[in-house]
Amino acid sequence: MYNSDKVIVGIIIFILFFAMPFWLNFGKAKALPKPELPSDTKECVESREYMRAFHMKMLLDWRDKKVREGQVYYINSQGKFFKMSLQNTCMKCHKSMEKFCDRCHTTISAHPDCWRCHIAPEEVKKWQ
Amino acid sequence: MSKLPKPDELLSDVKLHDMPSKHWMDLKPEFKPGSYLYAVEPQVMEDLGRPHLGKWQPHDEKWPLPENWKEIVREAIKKRLERNRAFKLFMDICVRCGACADKCHFFLGTGDPKNMPVLRAELIRSIIKGEFSTFGKLFGRLSGGRPLTEDVIKEWFLYFYQCTECRRCSVFCPYGIDTAEVTIMMREILHELGIAVDWAMKPVRFSHFVGNHIGLQPHTIKENIEYLLYDIEQITGIQIEVPINRKGAEILFVTPSADFFADPGIYTFMGYVLLFHHIGLDYTISTYASEGGNFGFFNTLEFAKKLHGKIYEEAKRLKVKWILGGECGHMWRVWHQYHNTWFGPFDYLEVPKSPITGTVFEHAKDNKIVHICEFTADLIAHGKLKIDPSRNDHLVVTFHDSCNTSRAMGIFEEPRFIIKNVCNNFVEMPENTIREKTFCCGSGSGLNADEFMEMRMRGGFPRANAVEYVHKKYGVNTLACICAIDRAVLPTLMNYWVPGVEVSGVHELVGNALIMEGEKERTTDLRYRPLKGKEGEV
Amino acid sequence: MNVFFSFIITLILVLIPVVGVGLLGLDPLFGIVIPYVAFLIFFFGLIYRIIDWARSPQPFKIPTTCGQQKSLPWIKHSRLESPFTMKEVYLRMFFEVFLFRSLFRNLRADLVGKRLIYGSAKWLWLGAILFHLSFLVIMLRHLRFFIHPVPSLVDIIAKVDGFFQLGIPPIYHTDLFILAGLFLLLLRRLVDSKVNYLSHASDYFPLFLILGIVISGILMRTIFKVDVQAVKELAYGLATFSPVLPSHKIGVLFYIHLFLVSVLAAYFPFSKLVHMVGVFFSPTRNLPNNNRAERYINPWDYPVKYTTYCEWQERFRDVMEEAGIPIDDEWCKETAEAQKQA
Repeated sequence: MYNSDKVIVGIIIFILFFAMPFWLNFGKAKALPKPELPSDTKECVESREYMRAFHMKMLLDWRDKKVREGQVYYINSQGKFFKMSLQNTCMKCHKSMEKFCDRCHTTISAHPDCWRCHIAPEEVKKWQ
Repeated sequence: MSKLPKPDELLSDVKLHDMPSKHWMDLKPEFKPGSYLYAVEPQVMEDLGRPHLGKWQPHDEKWPLPENWKEIVREAIKKRLERNRAFKLFMDICVRCGACADKCHFFLGTGDPKNMPVLRAELIRSIIKGEFSTFGKLFGRLSGGRPLTEDVIKEWFLYFYQCTECRRCSVFCPYGIDTAEVTIMMREILHELGIAVDWAMKPVRFSHFVGNHIGLQPHTIKENIEYLLYDIEQITGIQIEVPINRKGAEILFVTPSADFFADPGIYTFMGYVLLFHHIGLDYTISTYASEGGNFGFFNTLEFAKKLHGKIYEEAKRLKVKWILGGECGHMWRVWHQYHNTWFGPFDYLEVPKSPITGTVFEHAKDNKIVHICEFTADLIAHGKLKIDPSRNDHLVVTFHDSCNTSRAMGIFEEPRFIIKNVCNNFVEMPENTIREKTFCCGSGSGLNADEFMEMRMRGGFPRANAVEYVHKKYGVNTLACICAIDRAVLPTLMNYWVPGVEVSGVHELVGNALIMEGEKERTTDLRYRPLKGKEGEV
Repeated sequence: MNVFFSFIITLILVLIPVVGVGLLGLDPLFGIVIPYVAFLIFFFGLIYRIIDWARSPQPFKIPTTCGQQKSLPWIKHSRLESPFTMKEVYLRMFFEVFLFRSLFRNLRADLVGKRLIYGSAKWLWLGAILFHLSFLVIMLRHLRFFIHPVPSLVDIIAKVDGFFQLGIPPIYHTDLFILAGLFLLLLRRLVDSKVNYLSHASDYFPLFLILGIVISGILMRTIFKVDVQAVKELAYGLATFSPVLPSHKIGVLFYIHLFLVSVLAAYFPFSKLVHMVGVFFSPTRNLPNNNRAERYINPWDYPVKYTTYCEWQERFRDVMEEAGIPIDDEWCKETAEAQKQA
């Protein structure tokens, strides 16, 4: 091999760059946090699968319907009525932003801006 | 030889944006008169101890390839992949983005898709894929691979002798892929089969055995120089001597041999010796190392090394301190980029120092070779020359950057500085046709044969077109250059495309302008053309 | 034909995980085995290529000089285009690799009647830079799935990339840029007759493949959403060498995305895509233009036989004597003796 000094440095940089997922986790490996699910109910507004993937879409949809069109109720695929409200419907069962919302959002680095206007249950408690 | 079409007709078939309907792998090479070079005479190869194919010509239907030609080619390719990183890499990393496609002067002058640098390289890349790579064998044409056939050899011969190794494509390639490197390797591979062109090989034989490419014997060189000195005396009234093979001189001056005998190189030579006399330089020329140019480089690198070994033995023998090189293009490619590797270290020479100005040429401190333009520019900058630029007032000058000095050395400002100091009328050609983007003369790298004339006029068209522009707009009548091949071929090109433009070396202009001590009042330039305002006196 | 072939191949590749995961439920194969294998091929394949290039020496110092050489002190030397020191070479390489400087020079030539005219042609550069830089940013952004906790730099990149907060989740600019870049590059290959003529199927294939990756990725983010937490579980498992299938099934679209990425990674070392590392090896760019100041060694350089002065003098002795050109027998004696000693 010729120019081995530079080539080896190059290979090391290449390895470091593309192996980032491996070595950046090194020594920190621990289980991913799981959101705390409500203990008193098993049913959400829609199916679990749907909620896990599409909750942001539903919330956005709710906001538009409620704030812009003045609708109040959401009828789910089972025909059940739900009041469209993050604080009063969702957070009624999911009692904590920290233990429910943030657990996933922080893990996957999502930064929804819900709580810029809404007040999380934790905050509510502080003021009561 | 075929008849050369008129300038108005030559380009009628050129369509830069229309491509053939057939896939390029299905297009067979066509040997049209005027577009290929004649095969080497077997005796030439015999004398140099190289294989050859006997008597044959490229237009023959069946080429007399040796029985094991495939094996030879495969081995030759493999060897070069193993020994030359540039070649190996350039075969691997091209993405066919097409940035180089319309940068080649041969493409611009022919519209032939195989003259796009990318396809030129693809001619060999496809064989490497088709013969050596599993992927390539599996998917064939889809992955760009194809089998090695006799037609491929013909194609290689045609298109790797339609490349002048000018490196213009390499400037635009995002990976710096240099077709010149590919062409050099491909000509070597063809050489291993015994395939070479006569025009490029005979000069190698002459250079090897006699010392210069045209075969000037030592006494002839001396006589030629004496003729030129006689002319100088006629024009300036002063007598000059040119030292030949003089031991103990400070500087060995080596220039392309064409400057000794060929018009208009001889005027450049007159310029050199006037300059040396003017400053009283302690120098010598050599009849042994009498060729700065290097036809070997157009054939194989081994030949290139063979031919220039003389220069350094001569420097040692004459005990000079350093070496000064004349105006030449590919010569300086070889001198600048290859000499130090081949012939160094040069502990028997000294770091070049101008005896007149005391400037130390630090950038040449290891190889101890200096370009004459660097040397002269330094003299002018220090005010060591008495110059009368008005003696070039009958000329409107533009400067043609030679491919090799531009893209393999980077000497742009020195010649311009000199021209601007010795001429009053200097204009540049359009921006995209000068400096690193300069166009080749169309006949470089050993292609300046008469049988190749049509292709030369096509390849030189982009350069000529830019000259035509300044000729019409500013009345340019002189195309200055620092390359011996340019001086040999540009007059023909100008005659064909832009009649009324003459070709000169930079030092010819210097020679015109130098006010020599004890000279008579000059009425003509070095070519016996009347100076401006002196028309009546001649 | 070339375009069609590559397109069909890409479609088939899309269908493989549809069948494999959607119908046969081979989640472990597509989620764990194939990605690992593909990554290994990518990794060791590329290292092999690097070493393979490095095994061939570069015999000569052959930089392409695109600017004034360093010569006399009063002449301005072009440090970037004709680097003299290694520092300047690194600078040149930086501009070459990250900003595609050579591509930026691109011109377009047209023959109008008997006149050649040149125009600026930056489309290729634009398409290339949009595509490559976006790809880099997108790759870095994806680290959020592989690393826990997410490094703040990755977080910042993602935030900047979604700065205008269009939609929820916000649309990344690089997603749009990479699409624009890919379409530009594809369009160029289809529309420009010259580039079209010289393109192989293997030139279209990576474009379609990466388009497939980008489109499946964007669709996952915007329309056919998948369980991102589950994705992270899978990716994190892969990155910590404790691969597990997530507790919740991930949509097929994700497996299409992952499979195409795996194909790209495995295809990479054996295709023209190696230009990613190859560009660093390019001798016309990564060597300084200081040939006459610093000697470059060719490891396989060998002595060649040339016509020595003495051989030459013997041949021309008569004419030289007649012409009064000095004869040098002393030198011949000297060299003959030196040869004997050696």
